[in-house]
Amino acid sequence: MTLAQQGTQVALRGLNRLAQLDLIDKTGLRGLTERLVYHSTRGGFRAANAAGRSFAAVQKLGKPARQPRAKRSGGFDVTPDEEQLMMQEAVGDFAQERLRTAAQDADAACAAPPELLAQSAELGIATLGVPEELGGAFSERSAVTSALITEALAGGDMGIAFAALAPAGVSTAIGLWGDAEQQSAYLPAFTGEDVPAAALAVHEPGALFDPFELSTKARRDGDDIVIDGLKALVPRAADAELFVVAADLEGTGPVLLIVEAKSEGLLTKAEPIVGVRAAATGELKLEGVRVPGSALLAEGSPDVYAECIRLSRIAWCAMAVGTAQGALDFLIPYVNERKAFGEPISHRQAVAFNMSNIAIEVEGMRLTTYRAASLADQGKDFTRESAIARRLCADKGFRIGSDAVQLLGGHGYVKEYPVERWYRDLRAAGVIEGGLLV
Amino acid sequence: MAIDLEIPKKFQPLVEQAHTVAVEVLRPISRKYDLAEHEYPKELDMLAALIDGMGEGGAGSGAGAAGASQAKSPGDDGGNRNGSNMASILSITEMCWGDVGLLLTLPRQGLGNSAIAAVADDDQKKRFAGKWAAMAITEPEAGSDSAAIRTTAVLDGDEYVLNGEKIYVTSGERAELVVVWASLDREVGRAAIKSFVVERSNPGLKLDRLEHKLGIRASDTAAFILDDCRVPKEDLLGSPEIDTKKGFAGVMRTFDNTRPLVAAMALGVGRACLEYTRDALAEAGIEVDYDRPSNVQSAAAAELIELESDFEAARLLTMEAAWMADNSKPNSLHASYAKAKAGRTSVDIALRCIALCGAAGLGEDELLEKWARDAKILDIFEGTQQIQLLIIARQLLGLTSAELK
Repeated sequence: MTLAQQGTQVALRGLNRLAQLDLIDKTGLRGLTERLVYHSTRGGFRAANAAGRSFAAVQKLGKPARQPRAKRSGGFDVTPDEEQLMMQEAVGDFAQERLRTAAQDADAACAAPPELLAQSAELGIATLGVPEELGGAFSERSAVTSALITEALAGGDMGIAFAALAPAGVSTAIGLWGDAEQQSAYLPAFTGEDVPAAALAVHEPGALFDPFELSTKARRDGDDIVIDGLKALVPRAADAELFVVAADLEGTGPVLLIVEAKSEGLLTKAEPIVGVRAAATGELKLEGVRVPGSALLAEGSPDVYAECIRLSRIAWCAMAVGTAQGALDFLIPYVNERKAFGEPISHRQAVAFNMSNIAIEVEGMRLTTYRAASLADQGKDFTRESAIARRLCADKGFRIGSDAVQLLGGHGYVKEYPVERWYRDLRAAGVIEGGLLV
Repeated sequence: MAIDLEIPKKFQPLVEQAHTVAVEVLRPISRKYDLAEHEYPKELDMLAALIDGMGEGGAGSGAGAAGASQAKSPGDDGGNRNGSNMASILSITEMCWGDVGLLLTLPRQGLGNSAIAAVADDDQKKRFAGKWAAMAITEPEAGSDSAAIRTTAVLDGDEYVLNGEKIYVTSGERAELVVVWASLDREVGRAAIKSFVVERSNPGLKLDRLEHKLGIRASDTAAFILDDCRVPKEDLLGSPEIDTKKGFAGVMRTFDNTRPLVAAMALGVGRACLEYTRDALAEAGIEVDYDRPSNVQSAAAAELIELESDFEAARLLTMEAAWMADNSKPNSLHASYAKAKAGRTSVDIALRCIALCGAAGLGEDELLEKWARDAKILDIFEGTQQIQLLIIARQLLGLTSAELK
């Protein structure tokens, strides 16, 4: 059996379990209690998830494990490989059937239904970047696979997708750049039944945020590193048990640090935002948080940090593509069925041309995203490609969100339809740095 | 199989070759023939011979429209295929980076050649091989609405007799053949429209005038009067039967293959503008940093990133449409995506690059102002922006031309 086949087999095991769950229950609604808890904590910072687990190595690796990179094919090809197609279809079905129906309540509650997060974890999503030696389900490292899965999930709902993918942001970072010790300590938790909430915390408050000019500062103190600062737009901040935090290390530039939630001086505060609300974003305050020197990822390599930002941007592109495609798919029957002046509004060029433009731009967004991800898989430079994909997806994404509401008119503005949510989500997708990785 | 959106390695030599031609042959005479409108660019004869040789040598066909055709079968190994459609858009992009007007008037690479390649039977292909063929569709009263053409063809013995008026015939005066669209029966509508290969030397095909244009001035645009123009009946392309079910589809199929080629032309012009502007901005002290957010960079850098992002989308949409044609995937929708996006993007890029470059952007000492004039036609011919949006919307929404007018 080839490595790829083994990977498929493990992935399928997750799918099968999911299929069984499908029969059991419809999406659970978040209770009012959770909403109350969320809003009651809005006022001030409280300690980060102090009940978070302690991470300790069960089995020590001699050297870091790395997934082999997905191999390059022969020539220009827009078709995903078989394993990717299968995952894309399975995750897509899950997203359309479960995430879409749960989206509105999750948005209102600012929380994703735990059972959907658990089912997402069963699909193996948190193990995308975890090497097989450590229990990962995917034989190959592939940013394209991650992008396809991200796109498929966001096609159901971007907010729940963000919540579901947040742990993968951390496990992928440690899978890609962690040393043997870091991998042994943290990665096994992501392959088990109870995947921890976790977040890659890059963004900071304030206008003109630049991930390469961070206000969060880290300084060495003996063998330790002490971190001070404020991160913003951190997914599942209150529940997260583990963070990878971006901070400037003694003026030498930004680095990534592994920070456990139970660390002293780590505080979170709910930070409800306009979109992707189901991800329960929050602020993360670091007040003299002390971590061991071994918490530093990739020895503080600036190249690794830049790669992290680029991969994160590709992930946000995939989110925008998924949601924009979802909007297009929703709009097609709507404009064909909605009548005005005695005929479907789609019979008017003003409406029809708008639809054409959405279709053109969604496909362009998809291709630029895939290209950036594919270059990453090929081990080539993708600085420019990830940047222009992000720019395109941000610009066209928010335009599509706005046009979608406009095409529905008043119906687009009310919560009876999902379109106003996409308007909000697509704006967020063009702004947030970090939180996700492909 | 895996997603890979890079230019196929095997086409690198073709791309380099085409780029060399653009640098060494086209750019140096670009301004000359922009100024000397209607003068035949004789430098192109040598180039055309070279390109014919490249085609026969199998180095990848088609510097021009002749390379586009729907693949008959999937790749030899049943897998992914990068074929002549991909080769054509790549080489056309490079050549149009040099000069789009000159490419349009390359001998033996006319749109008529593409039509012949798409619809001709074997005997016709043999008879018309190696000849330069222009395409005559548009009439004074029928532009985008090509089904409304008034030129008629009446069978008289072994010949059709064509009467009517044709305008906007690219290279019409220079080509050896003109593929003319005419109706066998105007009562029947589009199904009766057929294409006829007319020898340029035919006395019934009378040149009325050559247009004076905004751009692509190296490429002559002819207007013809067809005055009892007699054409042998075996020079009708495709079937002479009037099949109301699929008659028009055959002629329109040509455009599924040629729309990505025009998109590729737009990519060439767009890239020329972007490269020029990037260099001009660098000289002015503006360097783009792709890692930093646009908003913390200068407005000029941010604008360049935005233009590049639209360009990249147009480029990949064009490659996708060509790839689909090479792999026998129906690409009518994607061909229009490519044409619509690339056409409008190249115009947008050119006009905004002029603003970024200031005096140099407007001046005739540089080529940027010329590219902006050249670009505009690419959002018009082979189906205007609006026609592309119509084609897309009808397919997307499942609407007929009666429902979505």
